[in-house]
Amino acid sequence: MLHIKCPHCGLRSQNEFTYGGDATVKRPELNKEISDQEWDNFVYLRKSPRGNHLELWQHISGCRQWIKVERDTLTHEIFKTFKANEEV
Amino acid sequence: MQKYSIFSLIKNAFSNHENWEVAWKDPTPKTEYDVIIIGGGGHGLATAYYLAKEHNIQNVAIIEKGWIGGGNVGRNTTIIRSNYMHDENGLFSEFGMNLWRNMSQDLNYNVMFSPRGIINLAHSDAQMNAYSRRGNSMRLNGIDAVLLSREEVKKIIPMADFSNNVRFPIFGGLMQPSAGTARHDAVAWGYARQADSMGVDIIQNCEVIGFDVSNGKIKGVRTSKGNIKAKKIGLCVAGSTNILAEKLNMTLPIETHLLQACVSEPIKPLLDKVVTFGAGHFYCSQSDKGEMVMGGDLDGYNSYAQRGNLPTLQHVLTEGIAMFPFLSKLKMLRTWGGIMDMSMDGSPIIDKTHIEGLYLNCGWCYGGFKATPASGWTFAHTIAQDRPHELNSGYSLNRFSTGNLIDEKGLGTKTWIS
Repeated sequence: MLHIKCPHCGLRSQNEFTYGGDATVKRPELNKEISDQEWDNFVYLRKSPRGNHLELWQHISGCRQWIKVERDTLTHEIFKTFKANEEV
Repeated sequence: MQKYSIFSLIKNAFSNHENWEVAWKDPTPKTEYDVIIIGGGGHGLATAYYLAKEHNIQNVAIIEKGWIGGGNVGRNTTIIRSNYMHDENGLFSEFGMNLWRNMSQDLNYNVMFSPRGIINLAHSDAQMNAYSRRGNSMRLNGIDAVLLSREEVKKIIPMADFSNNVRFPIFGGLMQPSAGTARHDAVAWGYARQADSMGVDIIQNCEVIGFDVSNGKIKGVRTSKGNIKAKKIGLCVAGSTNILAEKLNMTLPIETHLLQACVSEPIKPLLDKVVTFGAGHFYCSQSDKGEMVMGGDLDGYNSYAQRGNLPTLQHVLTEGIAMFPFLSKLKMLRTWGGIMDMSMDGSPIIDKTHIEGLYLNCGWCYGGFKATPASGWTFAHTIAQDRPHELNSGYSLNRFSTGNLIDEKGLGTKTWIS
C-alpha cells in the first residue's frame, strides 16, 4: 500500500487516489504552429524512467484536487508531493 | 543433440538419469557475432531459434541479464489466443496459433499446449453486439469464434454466478475454441535448448551497460562481461525497453507498468476453459496441477518493481469472487508481479529503428506470452532481411506519428486504465 501525502489533506492511503501519468509532459504552446514531432512528443512519447519520476495523481475520494508526486518507480518510495500549480 | 523420446527416457533410466546432456551450454562470449539478441526471454529465445532455423544465421548470441525463464516468460498466466478484431493483430496471432500447434514436435520438447478454449463474458446487449462484431471479424480472418448465449455459457461454466442478484449478469460470451494454455517454462527451455543446439550462444548473468554506435550504425554492445561486436542487434527486453532506449537516446511510445497474477491452492478439475470477466477486471483458468490461475488489472502507476501492491490484488480477487463465488473458499498459494511495456495504442512494435542494424521488439502490454513464436518468427525475418515481414508491417515504430494506430481496445494513451 502506498501512502501519499496530499498537500491539502495530509497522509492518505493510495485507495483514495487515481493516477494521472507523467507530470513532466507539457502540451505544446497555444496560438503557434505545432509540428507533428511536437504533437508526437506530447501525446505518445514517454521517458518512463527507472527511479525518480514526477507524476500526477488525483485525490479522487478526498479533496478531488490534482497533485504532483515525486516517486521512485523501482522502490515505490515517495520523496515529496506538490500542489498541481507548484513548480518543482 | 540428444533427442527426447520414450526410448531415451528408458535408456537414461538405467543410469539413474545422471547422464542426460545439459539442455544448453554456458559459453564465454566471443568477441564478435553476426547478430546479438538482447533479452533471453521467450521472444529473444524464439528469435534466435528462427534466425538459425529459417535464415541460416547461427553466429548468434543471446545476452540475458538474469537467467533463462526468470523474467516475464515465467511470470505470465500462460494464455494463448488470437481473438482479435483488427487484421494486423488477428492475422499475426493466428499465424502464431499454427506455430503453437506444432511447437512440441518442432522443438522436441513437450510444451503442454492445451487448446481448451477461451470465453470472454458479456454483460449487456451492447457488449453482445460488440462481441458479435468481433467474432465476425475473427471469422473473416480464418479464426474460430462462437457467440454463446447465457444458457450455452451456463452449460460450460455452471460454477459461475448465474443468479439474478448480481451487478454484472452474464448475457453470453464470445468463445475461441482453439485458444488455450501452454506450460510457459517449457516454452523457454524448449527454445533455449534448440537454439543452443544450432550454435546460438546463450549468455546469462550478463547485463548490457551501453551500446557502440558510430555514423548512425550499430557496432556492438558493452556488457558486464566485456565489449562484444555485432553486425546487427535486436532488442527483446519488454519491461525494460525504456531503460535500454535511454542508453540509445531514444524516447519510445511506451510506459513501464506492473501486472500481478496469483494462483490458489490446487483443487480437483473444475474449470476446463480460460474465462475472462472483463467488466470486472478478472480472468482465470485452471492449471494442470489444479491451481486456479488468476489475474486482472495493472497496479496502475509506472513501476519497475516486479512485485505488486495489495490493493490491486484485493480488487481483482473481489471481482473474481463476484463471478466465481467458490473462489472465496480457496487459500492463496502464491502471488507475483511482472513489469511490462505498455504501448500507447495497446499493440506491440516489431520494427527497424533509425540506427542501422538496430531492431526493436517491444510494447507487448499484457499479451506477450501468446505472441512468443510469432514474435520470434517475424523478428527473425525483420533482422535477417532488414525489413519487416508482411505479418508485422503494421507493428511499425512510426505509426504513432503517422496516425496508423492499432487501437484494438480503443483505450487511448492512458495505458494504465483498463
